[in-house]
Amino acid sequence: MNGLRYVYAVCRPLGAPLQADLPGVAGDPPRLLAHRGLVAVVSRVPERDFAEEPLRRHLEDLDWLTDTARAHQQVIDALTAVGTPLPLRLATVFRDDSGVRVMMEEREADFRRTLDRLEGRVEWGVKVYVEPEAQEPAPTATKPASGRDYLMQRRRKAQAHEDTWQRAEGFAGRLHTTLAARADASRLHPPQNPALSKATGQNVLNAAYLVPRAESEEFVEIVDRTKDEEPGMRVELTGPWAAYSFVEAAGRTGTPGDRAATPAPAGEGEGA
Amino acid sequence: MSMASRLPEPYGQGGGSNLADILERVLDKGVVIAGDIRINLLDIELLTIKLRLIVASVDKAKEMGIDWWEDDPALSSGARRNELARENAELRERLARLEELEPGRAPKDVREESP
Repeated sequence: MNGLRYVYAVCRPLGAPLQADLPGVAGDPPRLLAHRGLVAVVSRVPERDFAEEPLRRHLEDLDWLTDTARAHQQVIDALTAVGTPLPLRLATVFRDDSGVRVMMEEREADFRRTLDRLEGRVEWGVKVYVEPEAQEPAPTATKPASGRDYLMQRRRKAQAHEDTWQRAEGFAGRLHTTLAARADASRLHPPQNPALSKATGQNVLNAAYLVPRAESEEFVEIVDRTKDEEPGMRVELTGPWAAYSFVEAAGRTGTPGDRAATPAPAGEGEGA
Repeated sequence: MSMASRLPEPYGQGGGSNLADILERVLDKGVVIAGDIRINLLDIELLTIKLRLIVASVDKAKEMGIDWWEDDPALSSGARRNELARENAELRERLARLEELEPGRAPKDVREESP
């Protein structure tokens, strides 16, 4: 029974069994560790990869990080299908089961409050892109005949560009207002880097919405309907996700006590 | 619980979903809980990882030929500089031609005459 404990999420007891053939991070299938009415979803990970030093090294390795993040997400995804998990950040690792239990006991009130808030809700991601063609006005093949001509051409180009951005801003703003009104909560994420997302076009809206399961179908339809509304703009929908974007805020605003005072665990390192 | 059956089909999820979407959530959002062997990811570390990631991916993206943003002056400061340099070279050339036509009025001579 060697190995460290990797914790994916904390849930209330699940209404249905976990998918049987679910491979966890590092290949060990996740299991449930019940403690005082809450359940931690854990699996075993080898010390040679997940102890502090090797983990630090691994996290610099894009391929390793990709595999681990996908495996983590796959477990959370399976949990979302049968309940409402409270996802923990990638690579939350404990020595053994009792370490996990201690953590659950310390955070119990926090977990319960957050789980209450998220119960029966999922996250949808909506992004708006300005398509590359929309950004580039009709290519001007003719060489400018004079300096004045050249400046005029440049001005026209800049003007067309400005128009596209204003249109994009207007469209993204309207869409966000509509969707936020249908959601329990919403968050705006920074636009994604095209290099990392591999998506074409400029990302102008990157938002997450917390939506009750029962209203998800309607929400998705609204997004679908906007897809061809504005030429040159692309709308992308992802989900349903576990409510990743809506757990952190609960921890911060929830208790006026211990946790609220420490925005980042940076200082805890030595003592913990 | 049969709630799940009411959910619409997953969009852009599973194996096909975008790495940026997954990392955005898995790294940044989930609740931060300190593990008891002090390997919880600190915010500073995350930032470094992300920076490295972006650098790594830019190279990968270029290999795949996704580099349109580099040539667009509105999106890339590099492209903007290139355009300026091109304009500059063009203007210099024009100036040189003018100087040839009117050698007496070339700025070079003016500078030499002044004390």
